[in-house]
Amino acid sequence: MARYFTDEHEWIDVDGDTATVGITDYAQGQLGDIVFVELPSAGTSLSKGGDAAVVESVKAASDVYAPIDGEVTEGNGALEDDPALVNTASEGDGWFFKMTIGDASQLDGLMDEAGYKAFCDSL
Amino acid sequence: MSEDTEIEETETGTLPLDAWHRGKGARMVEFAGYWMPIQYEGIVAEHEWTRTNAGLFDVSHMGQLTVSGEKAAAELEKLLPGAISTLKPGRVRYSLLLNEEGGVIDDLMVTNVTEEGGEPTYYLVVNGATKWDDIGHLREHLDDDVTLTHMDEQALVALQGPNAATALNRVMRGLIDDLVFMQSVDYQFGEWPLRITRSGYTGEDGFEISVPAEFAEALCDRLCAEIEVRPAGLGARDSLRLEAGLPLYGHDMDESVDPVSADLTFALTKKRREEGGWMGHEAVMKVFDAGPAQKRVGLAIEGRMPAREGAEIYAGESKVGRVTSGGFSPTLGAPIAMGYVASAHTAEGTALEIEVRNKRLPAKVVSLPFVPHNYYRGN
Repeated sequence: MARYFTDEHEWIDVDGDTATVGITDYAQGQLGDIVFVELPSAGTSLSKGGDAAVVESVKAASDVYAPIDGEVTEGNGALEDDPALVNTASEGDGWFFKMTIGDASQLDGLMDEAGYKAFCDSL
Repeated sequence: MSEDTEIEETETGTLPLDAWHRGKGARMVEFAGYWMPIQYEGIVAEHEWTRTNAGLFDVSHMGQLTVSGEKAAAELEKLLPGAISTLKPGRVRYSLLLNEEGGVIDDLMVTNVTEEGGEPTYYLVVNGATKWDDIGHLREHLDDDVTLTHMDEQALVALQGPNAATALNRVMRGLIDDLVFMQSVDYQFGEWPLRITRSGYTGEDGFEISVPAEFAEALCDRLCAEIEVRPAGLGARDSLRLEAGLPLYGHDMDESVDPVSADLTFALTKKRREEGGWMGHEAVMKVFDAGPAQKRVGLAIEGRMPAREGAEIYAGESKVGRVTSGGFSPTLGAPIAMGYVASAHTAEGTALEIEVRNKRLPAKVVSLPFVPHNYYRGN
C-alpha cells in the first residue's frame, strides 16, 4: 500500500483500485481543536483539487480538497460522534473518506512521505 | 471604512510581550495591526482552563487613553451616551462612541481615575482595530481645554477566571479586598505602577492590569508562576466572550448599527436618553421610541455543525437575519451564534434556520449569555 501527500495537506492511501483520504498530522496541528467534519456522501463524484469535505475547528471552517478524481464509496462514520479523532489520529482512525481511483496517473503528481516532510519543513 | 488619505500601508507591529509569547510557544497571527498570540497549547484547553482556573490574556493591542481637564466629564458626555459626570472615582462604565447617525464607532470602558484633589481624569480602553480612528474622533470633537493622551507605552493584560482573585491575592496581598466588578485602583507593586480594574471580556471574574511596557514581561512571569494561571490566546478569548454573549466590535456591531438594535440599550443612561446632548442622540432615540427593525440575539444551533459570521438566518422561506459571530462552545459542547434577526422573530424560543453550505441548520432564539456570568459583586 502506498501513501501519497498533497500540498494542501491531505494524505491518500492507495490499496488496489480504492483509496483512503484524510488530512495530515501537520494539518490538524495547524487547525487546532476539531469540532465537526462534514463528509461527502457515498456516490459523490470528486475531481482533483475540488471541494471534498469541510473541517470545522473552534475557530474556523476549512475546506479539504480531493487529491485525485474519483467517486466517494464511504465516509468515516466515527467522525460524526468523535470529530476529535482527527486531532488524535489524523493519519489513522481519523481518516475522512474512501474513494475510487478515477485516474491513476494523477498519483504521479503527488508527494511521497519524504517529499511531504521536506515540503512541511519549508513552510 | 475610513477615508483618511494619510493612512499608509504599515508593517505589522510588535507589542511589548511579543518575545514572551513566542517563548511560551504561542502561535502568532496578525490581529488589529499587531502580531498577537492566537493560542499556546490549544484553544479548547485554554478556554476550559479559563473557565475553571485563570487564563492570562495579552490585550495590549487595545488603545489606552486618558482624557483630563476640568471639563473632561462634560466633554466626554458630548460623545458618549452614558453618565460620566456622576461616575465616582474608581468606578468603571461600559460605553459607546456613536456617530451622528447613531452608528457605533466603538465600544469602550471608561474609568474615573481622578486622584483626590487632582484634575478630573478619565481612563478609556478602546478596541485595537479602531483606536486610531477613535483618537481622531476624540481630537476632533473634544474641547481644546481637555487633554487627550494615548498611553502607548503601556501594556494591558487580563487575568480571567474563577481562580483569578485567589492567584492575584497571593501575588498582591490585600489588593482585592474591597475591589468588586467594574471598580478600579492604582496599585504600586514594588517599582511597578499598575492600574488594576476588576473587569474583563470572558464572563468570568477577573482583572485587567495596565502596566508600563518595560515591566510587562516580569508581571506576566510573576502571575504565571501561580499554579492557577496559564497564558491564553485570542482564540480562547473569542470563544469565551461568545459564550458570555458579549458583542465583538467589527463583527456584532459597527457604524451601520445603532445601540438599540445591538441590544446595548443598558449603555444609554436613562437621564441622558431624556436630556440628550450626545452625538447620535436624535437618531438613536428614533429607534428607541419606535423599536428596532432588527435586534441582536443569541442562537442555539442543533447538531454539531457551527454557523459562522455571514451565515443567513431564515424563518421558513423568508430571510430574516444574519449571523455576526458564531462558533462551537467548548463549555456547552454545541454550536452557538449571535446575529441580527428581524424583530418579529426575536422572542425567546423562536425556531429559525441558519443556512450553512446549502444546508439548513435548526436553531432557536435563546437569551444571552449562553454561559452564566461569574462576576464578583461583593458578599
